[in-house]
Amino acid sequence: MKPKGKRSKTKMYDPILPGVQDWPVVHLAKNRKTFVEEVVKRSVERIKKLRDSKAALFEELELTVFKEKSRLKETPWEVDPDDEKEFWGDVRSRLASLPKEYSAELAMLDYDEEDLLREVVERYAEEIAGDFRPSYYKLARAIVTFGLTRFLNAARLQGIDRFYRNELSLRDKVKITGEVELVRSLAKKGTVLMVPTHFSNLDSIVIGWVIHTLGLPPLIYGAGLNLFNMKIFAYFMNSLGAYKVDRRKKNLLYIETLKAYSSLAMEKGIHSLFFPGGTRSRSGKIEKKLKLGLLSTAFEAQRRSLLNARQGGESNKIFIVPVVLNYNFVLEAEELIKNYLKTKGQERYYIESSDNSTSLRIIKFIFKFMTKGGDISVSLGRPMDLFGNFVDKNGDAYDLHNRLIDIEDYFKSNGVINEDLQRESEYTKMLGKRIVEEFHKNNRVSASHLVAFTVFYMLRRRHKKLDLFNLLRLPNDDLVVNYVELKRTFTMLREQVLEAKRLGRLDVSDSLQDEDIDEMIRFGIKNCGMYHTERPILFNKGGNVTTQNINTLYYYSNRLIGYGFEKYI
Amino acid sequence: MDSKNTSERPVGVIGAGSFGLAIANLLAENNPVLLYARNSEAMHAINEKRHWHKHSIHQEIAATNSLEAVAEQCRIIFPVVPSSNFREMMKSLAPFLHPDHILIHGTKGLDIPGDLMDVEDDSLVYTRKNVHTMSEIIRKESCVVRVGCLAGPNLARELADKQPAATVVASHFNEVIEEGQRLLKSDRFQVYGSQDLIGIELTGVLKNVLAIASGALSGLGFGENARGLLISRGLVEMIYLGKVLGGNMEAFIGLAGIGDIVATCTSPLSRNFTVGYRLAKGEALPQIIESMDEVAEGINTVRIVKKLAGHYGVRAPITEGLYRVLYEEKTIEETLTLLMKFPFNIDVDFL
Repeated sequence: MKPKGKRSKTKMYDPILPGVQDWPVVHLAKNRKTFVEEVVKRSVERIKKLRDSKAALFEELELTVFKEKSRLKETPWEVDPDDEKEFWGDVRSRLASLPKEYSAELAMLDYDEEDLLREVVERYAEEIAGDFRPSYYKLARAIVTFGLTRFLNAARLQGIDRFYRNELSLRDKVKITGEVELVRSLAKKGTVLMVPTHFSNLDSIVIGWVIHTLGLPPLIYGAGLNLFNMKIFAYFMNSLGAYKVDRRKKNLLYIETLKAYSSLAMEKGIHSLFFPGGTRSRSGKIEKKLKLGLLSTAFEAQRRSLLNARQGGESNKIFIVPVVLNYNFVLEAEELIKNYLKTKGQERYYIESSDNSTSLRIIKFIFKFMTKGGDISVSLGRPMDLFGNFVDKNGDAYDLHNRLIDIEDYFKSNGVINEDLQRESEYTKMLGKRIVEEFHKNNRVSASHLVAFTVFYMLRRRHKKLDLFNLLRLPNDDLVVNYVELKRTFTMLREQVLEAKRLGRLDVSDSLQDEDIDEMIRFGIKNCGMYHTERPILFNKGGNVTTQNINTLYYYSNRLIGYGFEKYI
Repeated sequence: MDSKNTSERPVGVIGAGSFGLAIANLLAENNPVLLYARNSEAMHAINEKRHWHKHSIHQEIAATNSLEAVAEQCRIIFPVVPSSNFREMMKSLAPFLHPDHILIHGTKGLDIPGDLMDVEDDSLVYTRKNVHTMSEIIRKESCVVRVGCLAGPNLARELADKQPAATVVASHFNEVIEEGQRLLKSDRFQVYGSQDLIGIELTGVLKNVLAIASGALSGLGFGENARGLLISRGLVEMIYLGKVLGGNMEAFIGLAGIGDIVATCTSPLSRNFTVGYRLAKGEALPQIIESMDEVAEGINTVRIVKKLAGHYGVRAPITEGLYRVLYEEKTIEETLTLLMKFPFNIDVDFL
């Protein structure tokens, strides 16, 4: 299947920091010990502030032990250290031996709540901290790039020597658009925090490759601990700058330690990445609600860094770079949308399944993607400061009246920088909204999305009386759209989409910019979820358009939700 | 409160109308106040005669006609100007503001962009995309983020007479609420806090519609049964409107909601009440507007809210009735008859 249009290779950029020793992440790795110590210190401080009495702290520790013990019982993982059970047993018995009130007995013990707290936090911090080694990184990257390129060529080219040809590479497959130069320039000025949309397990690999292609030093990012279950993956993850995030641990101590880690890294100028949506978008819609926990750490980092600067230290301005990944084909689409419908339809709580935690599945998945995935475009949004102000190449932001904005002002009360967590949590919400806005603006609508959207909403209109779930249950025979009608609606919607682009509300891929509408629709149908066994959209024998799986059709149509285009159908 | 605030920075107030003056006088009990008056006559009267607009001026108040001076000297500013001038005022003030400013406004109206001003044109659609509350205007026109509003039963005259009262300071930021409380609180002025900024703004805006209607009832010579009916049905209408416009119900049953409704719907001191009263007495709207020296926000609000209700498909019989009286020359009696026939069946269906 050859995608249409000019095939231009994505440009390869020179690294902005040629010496590996200059990479912020290398500094971090070298100073791992002091870094972890600092994380522990800060987490302990923060937790003590949040649980500011002996009793409250005691209760929190008890709760943590309880949660950890039940985690061990219910979801044990390969990656869990061998002494896990022992450790928590020990914490529990020592906790139990603590007197509830101050007494002579307490003086006899050589530990108290705070010591236990510190021990637990230390354990967490050690676990979270990545194990980045530059030599590993280079090797791992070489293996990844080499391996992926082989896979790719094997699938695309025929012939005995197919494994040895280098004709197609990621550079053909991934198209990067947007503010490349600006991001490169800012990575030298301050800390870049990339926040991509999350549709597929492939995202981290694609982004990793994009970062390398752009010549940026590796970013650190939180990777699910489940990915470390297999040693070979653990190796790659460690080498690519990952720190570990364990979604099973939902206790305050763990969450605060994780936040302290992320915050300290940014404060130290280490470029970071997180998926603010938290998990992959189940519905195929661009994230509307973001997980604000990690995002809030950027404010902590920024505030502390400004304070450091006051004391003669270095100041790092943090730059948010929204990234939108555009796929015509998401391998997990079927599974994701099913999940979404299940949660939506029956109001049933969605249990985090370990669906993708087996290594074999992941390898299969990557293989399938590299051999089958359609072209991907990655849009880098305009970088902004934490307050949603766009910044220029010097990292400066200007207000409506062209005055330089001093971000210190956002952190000040009565002229002094102060810590006000409620204020910062409000700022985090504001930033979350801005990121969502930018996601929508940088969404590159392609012919395949628009065709899916048109067909799905034509079907919805025809079956107005059915609710979504009943519509999805209709037999495929009832799901045929007349081509002439489709073309008319598509043409009209395309005008709306192009108008929205003129207004800066979204972006449009080349596939929608041509003259020939028929060709555009054909191309869109061909590319929309091209490798699913049941096609989301296809031509039937009569030349009209139908679907083999309305769930995935719904999934792909959701890509265009959030702009109000439904009302035109 | 006898503890004077120690920080040297004055608190800013923008707008020397009667509510602005009342707020400035309240603030002056705790802090020095820098009051912006647009016209220099007012500024001189305030600074020299210490009397303006039937208000005597607290000794801690100094007036200026420079917005720049207000922004330079004050970290916390209370803008209290009519909604129709608010955006313009913000445009002039914004070049001097910084993100560490706190703005707490006391304006109870909505902003519509200039091109929607033409009442006659029915094709203009009013939605929450183009109709804004004042806090939204502050955010849109300036780099200030820490925004709040004041609302509650605060008839300017009664405040000036130092009668006991209370208000709500609403903001997403606790810091703003706390600053508002610190600055305004006194032994006869209580200050509550709320996080529902939009809800509190909307109560202040929507209650003016009821105030006009209530004045009209009084003008017709009706008594308290009719008012009880109006207020309770009006509250239901406000809640429905408030919800679609982005507020929560809680705001409407609190001090800024029902508290303010009771005050403005029963007092001839309320400008909006007076408008309704005089309408019922047979005066024409232009004549009433002409003779009032300050803006009755409700007149514009009726027009905007009627259109918003239409767009969002909310039943708003009281607002629509008033709209016909104000803009379609129906008489109050006709409208009242129509309202009494309106098929309300369920008393309270919003809880």
